Amino acid sequence: MNAINPATHGIGMSVRGLRKRFGALDVLRGIDLDVAAGEFVAIIGRSGCGKSTLLRILAGLDQASEGTLRLGAGDSRARLMFQEPRLLPWAHVIDNVEIGLGADGGKDHVRAVAALRAVGLTDKAKAWPGTLSGGQKQRVALARALVSRPRFLALDEPLGALDALTRIEMQGLLEQVWQEQRFTAVLVTHDVSEALLLADRVVMIESGEVAMDIPISLPRPRRHGSAELGALEDVILDRLLGSAPARSV
Amino acid sequence: MSDAVFNPGEESSRLAALPLSLLNRDALAARVRQSRLTPWLLPCLLLAAWQIGAQTGLISDDILPAPVDVAFSAWRLTLSGALGHNIAISFRRAMSGFAIGGGIAFALGLSNGVSRISERLTDTTLQMVRNIPNLSLIPLVILWFGIEEQAKLFLTAFGVFFPVYINTFHGVRAVDAQLIEMGRSYGMTRWTLFRRVVLPGALPSIFVGIRYALGIMWLTLIVSESIAADAGIGHMAMQAREFMQTDVVVLAILIYAALGKIADSLVRLLERRALAWHPSFGKGRR
Ligand SMILES: Nc1ncnc2c1ncn2[C@@H]1O[C@H](COP(=O)(O)OP(=O)(O)OP(=O)(O)O)[C@@H](O)[C@H]1O
Ligand SMILES: [Mg+2]
Repeated sequence: MNAINPATHGIGMSVRGLRKRFGALDVLRGIDLDVAAGEFVAIIGRSGCGKSTLLRILAGLDQASEGTLRLGAGDSRARLMFQEPRLLPWAHVIDNVEIGLGADGGKDHVRAVAALRAVGLTDKAKAWPGTLSGGQKQRVALARALVSRPRFLALDEPLGALDALTRIEMQGLLEQVWQEQRFTAVLVTHDVSEALLLADRVVMIESGEVAMDIPISLPRPRRHGSAELGALEDVILDRLLGSAPARSV
Repeated sequence: MSDAVFNPGEESSRLAALPLSLLNRDALAARVRQSRLTPWLLPCLLLAAWQIGAQTGLISDDILPAPVDVAFSAWRLTLSGALGHNIAISFRRAMSGFAIGGGIAFALGLSNGVSRISERLTDTTLQMVRNIPNLSLIPLVILWFGIEEQAKLFLTAFGVFFPVYINTFHGVRAVDAQLIEMGRSYGMTRWTLFRRVVLPGALPSIFVGIRYALGIMWLTLIVSESIAADAGIGHMAMQAREFMQTDVVVLAILIYAALGKIADSLVRLLERRALAWHPSFGKGRR
């Protein structure tokens, strides 16, 4: 196994003065954010504060109204994982994974099988997505996102629709593949404990700006319900809730 | 003591006798429920009643000939080659009309579903024309084409057009926007997106349109062949009417029914293959 150097495999990015308007609605009002190559950043904030909007711009799915987004040198293709698995119901699991190889990737069965193995679903290769459970579907979506070995993985509440147990399993899987492949990960989540469990840094968006940016230096693997996580979670939740009345949008 | 032993024994034998008769009735019910022959029970009874009614003179021969007579005339016409000839002509008409009307409708449905420009250009016009019942065009079509082949083709194609068009169009429009976004984010080209996401997504709806169109196709063909044709099943029936050959008329009706059934079964088969992924068409479903 050749070791992957996080500084060269992941991609770094730097955002300056990023704004996004939808008509009269000012969603993002000057975001400044730096993400190091191979870093795992979690973005939290109240519903509707613009987390998805920011993520989509980072992933190149949408354009900013103003400001700059600089990406590190080299292949800057991003992969995006959504809250819904978004699998093609008429394609077998393995063919859904192959979609992740992209337009130029063509059909590379070996890589698709390897990606399926990484998420523990080799035996479902020839199944229809409709026959999988919610957690299994999301694992296929993860395999699809990772099969092309992206340097940047954007995740928009990918575990939001899963039950608590499956969610914990998926968090473990996510951390594991991230540690193996060392892509840059930006995770949008509603769940503060999930952010603390997985991320190197937690960024809070409020009123269209970065309101808080704290590094989480706890050693990995972190445990659900540990005292340090609990203390940090309280601080962040207080901050989130305390700021509620001041918001207008 | 001996009482206590005796009583439960009697009780249990009575209990055993009761479920046995229930079991038999249950078993019979289960056989009726599960047997493949059950659905055919009623048609067979009806057929038998028809035959008996005709033979005993209860049903006059001029109104409804006995099934045996119909079968006999089928045999006679098969031998003479007239039946095969007429079926072939009707079948060819149906298929060409369907191919022309359905083909154009499919293409337009796809292009209007995918492209807003195409939709704005043509959809309003098509929706206006849609309100014309195709059979109301018969007098006009006879003026245009006489009783030539084009008349039947035109009417069939026209009738088939709208169900295929509308269902294709709505099928394409109803494709999950999230899947399309997913495809884009994975760098699919427009063509790949169409082939892998839009078309398969629209397929269930397209099949609904095709099956509906098949019904209209036979109906149009029956009417137009009865009114203006010099060959085909409808023509055969109208000619038989002039000579009071009720058995041939009934035969023609049965042949239309059989052709319709065959076409529908073929499409169902195709559907089950193409939509194997679909929970309502997968294995085990009809
Ligand atoms: N395409 C769009 N057109 C108009 N308004 C939009 C569009 N996308 C998002 N918005 C608005 O921008 C705001 C932020 O939306 P966004 O989806 O980024 O929120 P979010 O932080 O991801 O919320 P949630 O946590 O509920 O997912 C919302 O008020 C939303 O209505
Ligand atoms: Mg969101």
